[in-house]
Amino acid sequence: MESLVTFVEMGGYGRFVWPAFAVTALVLAGLLVQSLRTLKGREAQLSLLQGSLDRARRRPAGAGR
Amino acid sequence: MTRFANPNRFLRWSGRLLPWLAAATILLFGVGLYLALIASPPDYQQGESVRIMYVHVPAAWMALFCYVAMAGAAAVGLIWRHPLADIVAKASAPIGAAFTLLALVTGALWGKPMWGTWWVWDARLTSVLVLFFLYLGYIALNSAFDDPGRGARASAILALVGLVNVPIIKFSVDWWYTLHQPASVIRAGGPAIHPSMLWPLLLMAAAFTCYYLWVLAVRVRGEIVAHKIRALRLRQAYG
Repeated sequence: MESLVTFVEMGGYGRFVWPAFAVTALVLAGLLVQSLRTLKGREAQLSLLQGSLDRARRRPAGAGR
Repeated sequence: MTRFANPNRFLRWSGRLLPWLAAATILLFGVGLYLALIASPPDYQQGESVRIMYVHVPAAWMALFCYVAMAGAAAVGLIWRHPLADIVAKASAPIGAAFTLLALVTGALWGKPMWGTWWVWDARLTSVLVLFFLYLGYIALNSAFDDPGRGARASAILALVGLVNVPIIKFSVDWWYTLHQPASVIRAGGPAIHPSMLWPLLLMAAAFTCYYLWVLAVRVRGEIVAHKIRALRLRQAYG
């Protein structure tokens, strides 16, 4: 328990060391999640669009094209 | 090279690469953080505050690396009109901006206990702040046009002009009087840093590099899919 306290205190520099690692983790994780979500959203949009185009092509009204 | 740069081929091979990049990033961060926070020794002058180095220095390195990669891709896009090059440049910008922001914030958190101040307007700190604004300017200009091709060309010119800032950042610690310490890893005569601190630093740098490649691949895929959506919409609208 005591060693955990010394670890967190970082020789008195804990209030500088931990925020530095925390802000790094937050920014990098945030950018990763945003990038993955954008990709997933666009992939879903693309497959929806492709599906509606395929259906339009199969319909007789669109057959003249 | 051009064989791998076709957008559809890129989707295929980057899809196979993604899980490996993700695994490498997580593994390297795991080992790197253990070494940085637990296994490495405190500095004899700076005490435990030296651990900030393990996030500050890789972030600053990657901020520069990312900018050179972005400007290089932008130049290829400008000269050879290669669509994937424009996409790589655009996808690199937010990642580089994030690294630059981290270098600035962790630098302030390190400067306060070591220099007694969060910020000084000296050559190194100011030129890195300029780098951050160059990234933001690139992102703004890139998305300022209705035609993505025009946005890519205009922002590519900005990225190339801003390239002059990179050697200024690198050599600012030698050219001007500054609070910031000079280079201690990449310098003539070998690294001036003990292996017990060099190894954690190099592992964290490798983790940051893998993270960059991972997020870059995800963002490039996102841009390619966005291009496909735009093309399909046009086909839908004009038959």
